[in-house]
Amino acid sequence: MSDKAEIFVFWVLAIPLVAASLGVILARSAVHAAMSLVAAFFFLAGIYILLTAHLLAWLQVLVYAGAIMVVFLFVIMLLNFDDEVLGVSRMRVMKLLGIAGAAGLGLIVIRAVRELGSMPMVRVDEDFGTVRAVGRVLFTQYLLPFEATSLLLLVSIVGAVVVAKQRI
Amino acid sequence: MAPANLYLILSAVIFSIGLAGVVFKRNALMVFMCIELMLNAVNLTFVAFSRYYADVTGQLFVFMVMSVAAAEAAVGLGIIISFFRNRISVDVDDASILKN
Repeated sequence: MSDKAEIFVFWVLAIPLVAASLGVILARSAVHAAMSLVAAFFFLAGIYILLTAHLLAWLQVLVYAGAIMVVFLFVIMLLNFDDEVLGVSRMRVMKLLGIAGAAGLGLIVIRAVRELGSMPMVRVDEDFGTVRAVGRVLFTQYLLPFEATSLLLLVSIVGAVVVAKQRI
Repeated sequence: MAPANLYLILSAVIFSIGLAGVVFKRNALMVFMCIELMLNAVNLTFVAFSRYYADVTGQLFVFMVMSVAAAEAAVGLGIIISFFRNRISVDVDDASILKN
């Protein structure tokens, strides 16, 4: 019974997620695409909770939907584009080849996943994916990537300021 | 429990949607947004496998991918802004000075 409930919740979250992703690439204006992407991030956070990755679900909302997309919207409003003109200087053949290539890649991966066989999930502890469990591993076993990430963020801050300055 | 195959297939679908967007979008910001979509599809794969193997390491990878994506978004948008300042257009077909 809980299997069916879980699969039902999965479809309730997955179908709007795919719809929002399609909305990103089919939108005409950049603001509509950004809003669709924010919706996609929220549904993806719901799927993370379904996979008992609680810390990651919150981080997804905070970092992706809350910080990165806000910066995107700042830049979109700042640069103030016109609506994208469809089909002007990309050959139609190239567009169809691009879509066919992406669809082909998707079909290959789906076929590979099918050949993996059935993958039923196991039961996990109560604190799997909570802040405590992730933090325990992050600060003991993976301390070096954590510190390297902080260095990377420092480099990116300095780089972003230098790149976007008017006079260097 | 929903089998892990469902999550992996969902991730593949979102990845190929993002890939199609990267290939045929001309606006540099739209291309960037589709790249973020692809990164999120990979994050979903990591989390699904982490749940399947009951190992928290996959979620740590997602942590790192998120921070790298944030850093990359900052620098990439700075590049787009400075490009726009010089050229008043973010059409990726206009970025062709190096082309002979």
